[in-house]
Amino acid sequence: MAKGRSVEKPLVRIRGLRFLRAGRAIFDGVDLDILRGGVTAIMGPSGTGKTTLLKLIAGQLRPNAGSIEFAGEDIHRLRSKELYRLRMRMGMLFQSGALLTDLSVFDNVAYPIREHTRLPESLIRRLVLLKLEAVGLRGARDLMPSELSGGMARRVALARAIALDPSMVMYDEPFTGQDPISMGILIQLVRRLNDASRLTSIVVSHDVKETAQIADYIYVISQGRVMEHGVPERLLDSDSAWVRQFMHGLPDGPVPFHYPAQSLEQDLFSGP
Amino acid sequence: MTRQLARLGRAGIQSIERLGRGHLLLLNLLAGLADLALRPTLLIKQLYAVGVLSVAIVTVSGLFVGMVLSLQGYYILSRFGAEETLGVMVAASLVRELGPVVSALLFAGRAGSALTAEIGLMKATEQLAGLEMMAVNPVKRILTPRFFAGFLSMPLLAAMFSAIGVLGGYFVGVGLLGVDGGAYWSQMQANIDLHEDIFNGVIKSFVFGWVCTWIALFQGYDCLPTSEGVSRATTRTVVHSAFAVLGLDFVLTALMFGN
Ligand SMILES: Nc1ncnc2c1ncn2[C@@H]1O[C@H](COP(=O)(O)OP(=O)(O)OP(=O)(O)O)[C@@H](O)[C@H]1O
Ligand SMILES: [Mg+2]
Repeated sequence: MAKGRSVEKPLVRIRGLRFLRAGRAIFDGVDLDILRGGVTAIMGPSGTGKTTLLKLIAGQLRPNAGSIEFAGEDIHRLRSKELYRLRMRMGMLFQSGALLTDLSVFDNVAYPIREHTRLPESLIRRLVLLKLEAVGLRGARDLMPSELSGGMARRVALARAIALDPSMVMYDEPFTGQDPISMGILIQLVRRLNDASRLTSIVVSHDVKETAQIADYIYVISQGRVMEHGVPERLLDSDSAWVRQFMHGLPDGPVPFHYPAQSLEQDLFSGP
Repeated sequence: MTRQLARLGRAGIQSIERLGRGHLLLLNLLAGLADLALRPTLLIKQLYAVGVLSVAIVTVSGLFVGMVLSLQGYYILSRFGAEETLGVMVAASLVRELGPVVSALLFAGRAGSALTAEIGLMKATEQLAGLEMMAVNPVKRILTPRFFAGFLSMPLLAAMFSAIGVLGGYFVGVGLLGVDGGAYWSQMQANIDLHEDIFNGVIKSFVFGWVCTWIALFQGYDCLPTSEGVSRATTRTVVHSAFAVLGLDFVLTALMFGN
């Protein structure tokens, strides 16, 4: 355990989380703390429910049991008005970008500012250009989302997620689809944003090595449970073969690559 | 046997649930009205997309329907030597029935399907979820303006349909078939009642506008967020709207004219 971890009250506190989807338990008894001011990474094999976890934290999905607290308030006990108020303090970068397709890049980033503040247009312009500059897309401000590549769309979405200067930002796979250079810049950006404005960041990512560089704390989840958590160094040489295999991306080991199924032989020769 | 019974039961429960979600959505749509009053530009934009862009199809169809009515009406009426009442016949059929009903069916096909596809795609591409995360209520911001745009456009479109239809009837009846032009208009003026005919027709088209837009928005909002889900929802919008319009038309007609 990292020093001082139990002293400060966590910003997000998840206890006994249980969530079913089509009768299948995606989470079963997950406890998880996101500390204020840190970068917490959530990792796990594809399809374990990382995106689902972020949506649960954001209150877009309801857990079947357990509680999720954000700044001491149980998200799923709030009325929708209070939930919306709380969401003003969260930013979320969607895996797909989720840009509004009928607005230009500039208007997309300006959208939350225009919705929630009464700032004059000249100030909005400056704010938006600064956010776009941070993700390296100031020159793309007049493009429409359909004219962006996947990686660019995600960077615009990132600029939009931080447009209102939230106190917590959730990044769903911010680095996928980026070339090595923009990936390096984005990784540093996440860290810098976090430290400069004392943000709290949750990063969901498959890029173990890169994420481990900037994360203060890592949760590895799989099969509905937290497999292991700790500071990056500890996880990289964890005692558990499972975690070691995952963190180092080794092909051989206990982590299954396949979605649960009967054996291949059975499947191939049992059909009609 | 029991399997089929269970399937039947499940389908029943699902449609009742869907009905419930539809009404919840309607409540939320109406709750967004206060917000809409603060942002009239949102409504104006949608009045254009939903209403103005449907004008072409509605007026062209209205013209042809009026012309056909006049042709058919003339052959029947002339058998009884009552050609001068052609104007009344054309106008009454248009204002009471064909105007509201046909323009609602066209509206469902042109604007309703577009609304469903738009909302469904916004859902499939997580744009609605993205709005929620920006603390913007997508129902209020995206759906409510569209709902009221549809509700307000429908009577106007129906009125255009009827007006152009009456003109089309005039061209054919007076221009081609030689009915007396003065009689066409004066008989119409004397026999079409403001309350009985026009007012009731307008009520009908308000109802149809409400129902068609509601169906279209609900189908988009409730669809499976996949391309197949969106395509199915679009089909359902057109089919359900057609049933709703024709069924409601019977009920409304019975209530209004059937003493
Ligand atoms: N709408 C849905 N209905 C039913 N099951 C779903 C739905 N969305 C996701 N799932 C299931 O939930 C599980 C978790 O999905 P999720 O998108 O959270 O995975 P993830 O960890 O983000 O994966 P990835 O790293 O590939 O993005 C998956 O196994 C998926 O099959
Ligand atoms: Mg995911």
